[in-house]
Amino acid sequence: MKKNKQNLGFLLIYLCIILTLLALGLIIYFITIRGIKIISWEFLTQAPRAAMTKGGVFPVIFGTFYLTFGSILFSLPLGIACAIYLCEYSPKNFIINIIRISINNLAGVPSVVFGLFGLAVFVKFFKLGVSILSGSLTLSMLALPSIISAAQEALIAIPQSQREASLALGASHWETIKRIVIPTALPGILTGVILSVGRVAGETAPILFTAATFYKRGNPKSVFSEVMALPYHIYALMTEGTHPEQQTAVAYGCALILLFLVLIISAIAIYIRQKQRSIYEH
Amino acid sequence: MNINDCFNCRIRVENVNFYYAKSQALKNINLDMFNNNATAIIGPSGCGKSTFIRLLNRMNELIPNTNLEGKILLDGKDINAIDTDVVEIRQLVGMVFQKPNPFPKSIYNNLSYGLEVKGIKDKHLIEKRIIESLKKSVLWDEVKDRLHDNALRLSGGQQQRLCIARCLAVEPEVILFDEPCASLDPISTAKIEELIVELKKNYTIVIVTHNMQQAARVSDFTAFFLLGELIEFGTTEKIFTSPKNKKTEEYLTGRFG
Repeated sequence: MKKNKQNLGFLLIYLCIILTLLALGLIIYFITIRGIKIISWEFLTQAPRAAMTKGGVFPVIFGTFYLTFGSILFSLPLGIACAIYLCEYSPKNFIINIIRISINNLAGVPSVVFGLFGLAVFVKFFKLGVSILSGSLTLSMLALPSIISAAQEALIAIPQSQREASLALGASHWETIKRIVIPTALPGILTGVILSVGRVAGETAPILFTAATFYKRGNPKSVFSEVMALPYHIYALMTEGTHPEQQTAVAYGCALILLFLVLIISAIAIYIRQKQRSIYEH
Repeated sequence: MNINDCFNCRIRVENVNFYYAKSQALKNINLDMFNNNATAIIGPSGCGKSTFIRLLNRMNELIPNTNLEGKILLDGKDINAIDTDVVEIRQLVGMVFQKPNPFPKSIYNNLSYGLEVKGIKDKHLIEKRIIESLKKSVLWDEVKDRLHDNALRLSGGQQQRLCIARCLAVEPEVILFDEPCASLDPISTAKIEELIVELKKNYTIVIVTHNMQQAARVSDFTAFFLLGELIEFGTTEKIFTSPKNKKTEEYLTGRFG
């Protein structure tokens, strides 16, 4: 009887796993089926021509790369520093609790609200214009909470006994953090970065008013240029223009590339994480 | 005859009261610990033993909302004085913890860490110190061929001896043991005890222990704590054979604790 119940439990768990994998598998399958037809060397390396129906999407891919990289550049150091402060230095009081709650709530802010915020603050107030810089900063706001909370969790998971061991040897607080706590927490921190990279690369709303443009001739000249970006490009292809059929094909091609890019970025981060783990576990 | 006349006092604790938030963990403690001797701190759980020993290298500072009154003197200098550097104190007063806590690094790097933190850059000197301290902690023969293996692969007893070696490498003069054998098997415990007996020839040792036989085997002096108070202090022989206080006797004979 007990055995049967256990088997039923396992069965349910397996079912859930299979359903989850199925969802992922179906997404990859359909996007690949519909997108693969248009993928060619030309599509990956050329700029769009003839109202998006000819040529490729090279500048679009590049735009997404710029924006993602830019946002990580801002949010990673800020997020880690913030997590270190909250975990290792901050006193435990009311104000710090408010800050923690605020960070968690920041994660729940809809991305289009971030977009409007970016428009008001970075584009208008700081006069950065619709640009890579504004878009990156807006995206980094979006990535910040998940990086902070992942880094915090990774830092909290380091046993207090490790910190005590280091301090008892005469290491300063900062040496302990720099040489014992952060290296041990790094794999966990990277997990947070993986998740936010995926999210940042695929977000449309935050760059809608701050960085993205449907069409721009040539590659961006500086961080103050507007860019084309994959998620926005897909959105625009599906909602605007005069050649819906060809545009849909291009959109699926873009979707496949976006999916592929996110998978590559995640794979790199997972590789780093595994390597780190193997150092610490064997 | 006064004990202090024949022994060299290394650490003197004067009128120490210690509070966690509002609750008092130590009440008016006065205690001397002597050079080249092991002092055992015994008492039932929650009597303040660990709190006490962690005051000697200022480890309790890490806990928020604590308050210390009174003085702790190391060679006559107040370790809590404003002009005392906590890093210096901790280099002089090493500590071995209840649970072995090696870093998730190689054996070698576990030992080199304290030296690098101390500012020693000379690779040869670092290596020399590492070998010396591994030999002192009687771990050398077991690890000499795998210094670059991860320390977490060692057994619990080996890990604890590694922690002792790590502590010895930075050349402290006082070593605090906070229940060093609490999580070890009898064979590892015996090894660590032998080691402590050996170490007390050159160091000042303070050891917190739950195990009364252990206190009897390794220590020269014993202090009995109960509910935050120091009930009795004396030579280990005296405490174990003819305690003056009734509570000490009751504890030693196993009537409570």
